Amino acid sequence: MANVKAMGRTLAERILSEKAGIDVKAGDIVVSPVDLVFAQDGTAPLAIKQFLACGFDRLANPAATIFFLDHNAPTPTKELSNDHLLIRDFAGQTGARLSDVGEGICHQVIAESHAGSGDIIIGADSHTVTAGALGAFATGLGSTDIAIALALGKTWFRVPQSIKVLVSGGLQKGVSAKDLILYLIGKIGADGATYMSLEFCGETVENMTISQRLTIANMVVEAGAKTGLFPADETSRNYLMSRGRGHSYRPLQPDPDATYERIIEIDAASLEPMVAKPHAVDNTASVAEVKGTKVQQVFIGTCTNGRLDDLEVATEILKGRKCHPNTRLLVTPASREVLIEAVKAGHIQALLEAGAIILPPGCAGCVGVHQGILGDGEVCLSTANRNFKGRMGNPNSFIYLASPATAAASALSGEISDPRRIM
Amino acid sequence: MLRGKALKFGDNISTDHIQPGRYSYLRSNLPELAKHVLEDVDPTFISRVRKGDFIVAGSNFGLGSSREHAPLIIGLAGVSAILAKSAARIFFRNAINVGLPVLICDTDRIGDGDELEVDLAAGTIVDLTNGARLTFGKIPEVMLNILNECGLVPYIKKYGDFIITSRG
Repeated sequence: MANVKAMGRTLAERILSEKAGIDVKAGDIVVSPVDLVFAQDGTAPLAIKQFLACGFDRLANPAATIFFLDHNAPTPTKELSNDHLLIRDFAGQTGARLSDVGEGICHQVIAESHAGSGDIIIGADSHTVTAGALGAFATGLGSTDIAIALALGKTWFRVPQSIKVLVSGGLQKGVSAKDLILYLIGKIGADGATYMSLEFCGETVENMTISQRLTIANMVVEAGAKTGLFPADETSRNYLMSRGRGHSYRPLQPDPDATYERIIEIDAASLEPMVAKPHAVDNTASVAEVKGTKVQQVFIGTCTNGRLDDLEVATEILKGRKCHPNTRLLVTPASREVLIEAVKAGHIQALLEAGAIILPPGCAGCVGVHQGILGDGEVCLSTANRNFKGRMGNPNSFIYLASPATAAASALSGEISDPRRIM
Repeated sequence: MLRGKALKFGDNISTDHIQPGRYSYLRSNLPELAKHVLEDVDPTFISRVRKGDFIVAGSNFGLGSSREHAPLIIGLAGVSAILAKSAARIFFRNAINVGLPVLICDTDRIGDGDELEVDLAAGTIVDLTNGARLTFGKIPEVMLNILNECGLVPYIKKYGDFIITSRG
């Protein structure tokens, strides 16, 4: 047989091939070991039930299994408190790690303390994709898939086709990674990347911080993507080294001759502040198109935009000023570490003096369970990733998604406002 | 052979529509949670659906969160299969894992309330009301095997592992 050179690999093909130990290409079905399995308080009780229903009693890898109590933290009802008891007991009995109430949102804690480049991470949460910012093939699954992976340490994957997103040019001041990903989702639609890997590259991406990459990777699922991958480069290495996790880094790039389903080019310099209007993430518009829309609540936080740099940009805008009297500003640091750093930097004091309400690290009002449920007809401008009808607990309310800068500017004026005017 | 009536929905029905977050405290009480299935899209759905009926939707059904409670409570409400132009990835996989078929087909040809007959083995759908005959997209072998065991828990109890016979 002729010596045929293996086809170039996308990031997804490279990671899955290396982990599964066989050369796979897009469309193949493969069983692969996983480096990290997790569930959160909304999905773990069902995963535990399914694990026990299969007759399993031990974890494949307790040290690489984490249960997060973040979606209802602290819980607002006895039913959810009982779910927390069940999860704590199961973690205690099996030796799994537990990230308890107050530690933060699973995706943020995973980025800070667990994800490495080239890892395969599965979680019972759709925003598991966030860890793609560090070059981890990370994807969300349901509770039963996670239950099986808890016991077997592996799962099956269909190797995804990839879309290359090539970004060039510098973002204007006041325009952020959030505006870029909202723009992309608006362009390709809520199912524009279904079953696929969105792979980001180009000079703009190379110059992005890990926090910016996390914002983008977090939202790829809003275009239906299975994973969103960034190359692992010097920025990734420095981030992991700074966290004492240099061993979790290895360089990772796609092959130059990799095959893509298509290539999307974005000129970052031409982007403006964006919003997603109610009730769909791909219902995007520029801030200019909706400016003046009154907002009763502004929410800065979540796994999309609850990091230190997000609170910093909000502080820059709000320091020494006051929120509009008709607008509540809720601020939720994504993790305990973010909160501690934000306290040290003085952001929390500045935000409190501006009128903000600081909530404990966790998902807060994003999932409609507690901490900021909207009244009938109310409008919230949120830095989260979803604005489906009823998402924040009331189907008769309206959610706009935007960047932390737009959120802070809007909290000041009480209406959706372009942050570039005051930065 | 499955038989029931079509209950139609539009495009982009999210898991927040299917299982509103404000009822998440009922997640460990699925029969109670099922009483609220899809209520933010169609408050009459739960009173209209009968055992065996089909959800017939547009594109991107089940987008959003990974909550497996979404397909579980659709099944508990009596729905025997979901027919859609396309489905979101996690929802599709979750539905198969709980034994609920998701069949990808041209749902524009089916009317609301039409009587349908679905032959899973033959891959055909007949609209008995308007006479339309449809086929649905191929389900990957691994998922078909899970579906044939009525879900991933019985599949794993039987095989103990994922059995992949072909890579494609």
